[in-house]
Amino acid sequence: MKEGRTHKRFQKFGMVIDLDKCTGCGSCMVACMAENNVPFRKDESNKLLSITWMRVYKLTNGMPFPETDVCYLPRPCMQCAGQHEGHSPCVSVCPAIATDYSMESGIVSQIYTRCFGCRYCMASCPYHARYFNWWDPIWPDGMEKYLSPNVSPRMRGVVEKCSFCFHRYQRAKDRAYMEGRRELQEDEYQTACTQACPAGAITFGDLNNPKHAVSEMVEPDPKHSGRPKNPNAFRLLERLGTNPKVYYLSSREWVRRAGDNYLKNEKKVKKPVHHG
Amino acid sequence: MDSALIPRGVKRCPLWQFLLFIGAAGIVLLWGVYAMFLCWFKGLNQTNMNDYYGFALWIWADLAVIAVGGGAFFTGLLRYIFGKDALKNIINYAVLIGFICYSSALLILAIDIGQPLRGWFIFWHANVHSMLTEVAFCLSCYFGVLTIEYIPLILENRQIDKVPFFHHLGHNMHEVMAVFAATGAFLSFFHQGSLGGVAGVLFGRPFAFREGIFIWPWTFFLFTWSAAACGPCFTILVTKITEKVVGKKLVKDNAIELLAKISGWMLLTYTIAKFIDTWYWVTVLAPSQGFTLMDFYSNNPLYGIWILITEIAICGLVPAAILITPKGRKNPVALWIAISLAVVGVCLNRWVMVLQIMAVPVMTFDNWVMYLPSWQEVATTILPGAYGVILIAISYRYLPVFPNEAELNPMEPLPAEEAEEKSVEPSVDLEPELTPAEA
Repeated sequence: MKEGRTHKRFQKFGMVIDLDKCTGCGSCMVACMAENNVPFRKDESNKLLSITWMRVYKLTNGMPFPETDVCYLPRPCMQCAGQHEGHSPCVSVCPAIATDYSMESGIVSQIYTRCFGCRYCMASCPYHARYFNWWDPIWPDGMEKYLSPNVSPRMRGVVEKCSFCFHRYQRAKDRAYMEGRRELQEDEYQTACTQACPAGAITFGDLNNPKHAVSEMVEPDPKHSGRPKNPNAFRLLERLGTNPKVYYLSSREWVRRAGDNYLKNEKKVKKPVHHG
Repeated sequence: MDSALIPRGVKRCPLWQFLLFIGAAGIVLLWGVYAMFLCWFKGLNQTNMNDYYGFALWIWADLAVIAVGGGAFFTGLLRYIFGKDALKNIINYAVLIGFICYSSALLILAIDIGQPLRGWFIFWHANVHSMLTEVAFCLSCYFGVLTIEYIPLILENRQIDKVPFFHHLGHNMHEVMAVFAATGAFLSFFHQGSLGGVAGVLFGRPFAFREGIFIWPWTFFLFTWSAAACGPCFTILVTKITEKVVGKKLVKDNAIELLAKISGWMLLTYTIAKFIDTWYWVTVLAPSQGFTLMDFYSNNPLYGIWILITEIAICGLVPAAILITPKGRKNPVALWIAISLAVVGVCLNRWVMVLQIMAVPVMTFDNWVMYLPSWQEVATTILPGAYGVILIAISYRYLPVFPNEAELNPMEPLPAEEAEEKSVEPSVDLEPELTPAEA
């Protein structure tokens, strides 16, 4: 058993989102909210207070008609690994270890009963992927019966975020264990947003497994913190050294450039800054 | 009515006047307490914070009071460790101001967290890699040190001092005060620094992120440095305000001038260090992440480049230039301007390192976000101010906070009362002119 653990190959679950396929329909957002019991209020007009684990941004190239081009960019939690595995922006700062980085799956967890709501993790996240529960969740009459029994609802005063539907991973592992298997098949663990996307823009899998579609699509370079070798692939804010596990694909140069900050007239992406 | 509690040889206003003053400050205090309970019982939805502005007004206030409260540790360090004898006349007040600042900071933190009943998790489930953990531990420990430093002053109250146990306790505590001053300086170095580290380690936020030595970003050292430079200025400022309010001189000029001079040199060296840090950030660090200086300061109504110029030049170089010159610090108007600017400067720095970080967009398709605090936030931010005024008023009335007060403001003794007092004084009483440090 000990030997088995020693030789265990760690997984690194990641996501590839093809922005050329995304239509901005928002199915991923809806599926995510339903799957994860994400609370909402009657009035959701102030988006700075809305909890959206998966949020679709609308990007434009800023050109006048007829050169105008639009791109929709779904943004889940990036499950950052940092420059050395586990040094995610949020995990490294949480004072109570209420958020943790799993070396086994590469997923950044959030422990709601541990979080005391200091919101330091939110300040550290450049993607705004973390949300605070400013209110206790109030479900419309009867909706409690439709909540997912696999995901605990969160109380007022704690931070929450996308977990890559971690409960699905646990369920898949349980099933595999019962069937005497150690390895999960690619289709056994898929996130709700991946399955809900009607355009098939989202692909999910193990980035460490070369047979998984995500690996084949972006060709992460382990020598350079998983930077994609595919020239059409990019990660958001690559230069900050957050080392995200969500990759984007686009054949459009302006979309790829929108993924990071560049100086005027800067063409090539410089080497990311190294953070201790 | 309360004359038996008032220190000997000094004059205080009538009790009704004192109570009226306390009552006025008390109303503001109650307003803040009401807002505080609203936040505790109804949650942080009472604020105007949001998912972009997770840190807001009172976190700035928290950092600001800790910075200006730095006068306690730095004056203590100068007095007890470096032996700057003249500061014995202001050290009590520096400790009192520090005590108020740090107790306020802890109160603000207790209001700020989403789950106040879980506040102890920061100690119990401590993440040793988090700067905030370091802040919590050092802040709490240093508050303990400040309490220990404040207790001997309370024990010097005329009536308490009559009890032999308290008299001896106070005397013995004075004797070991240098140990606490050294401990306080050590703890302060780390918590002031780690507050700077809180911002500096945010490598996802190019506006805040700084490189550094080992685990400490440059902001760690800059925060400690600025607190040591501007904290004493706040001590002088509050002393001057107190003198204006009570209408008499309380501290000798030599103490004020010495503290102002040391502050001035600290401020000058800090400003140079801050300039170098800013220069490196603007020319090397930020560009390596795809940002130029003006990306951080434009396209918004509030956070213009004026803020950087004000912080470094107007509130850094100008007060430093005044304070390091004998002519400048001896001139009352120039001194007022210098200490006020220094205090504004350090508060502005903390504002920038808390709120501007939240406002600056990082993703290219994100926008600047502005924020306006709710009345509950304003009330809870003012609360420490009202609490501070009340504690200063009570301490000033009943405790010998200023050892030179009687000497600087001689009054005609009342023979009958004096005689009565002497008859009940314990024989081991300290000499009246002795201060905690000398006792």
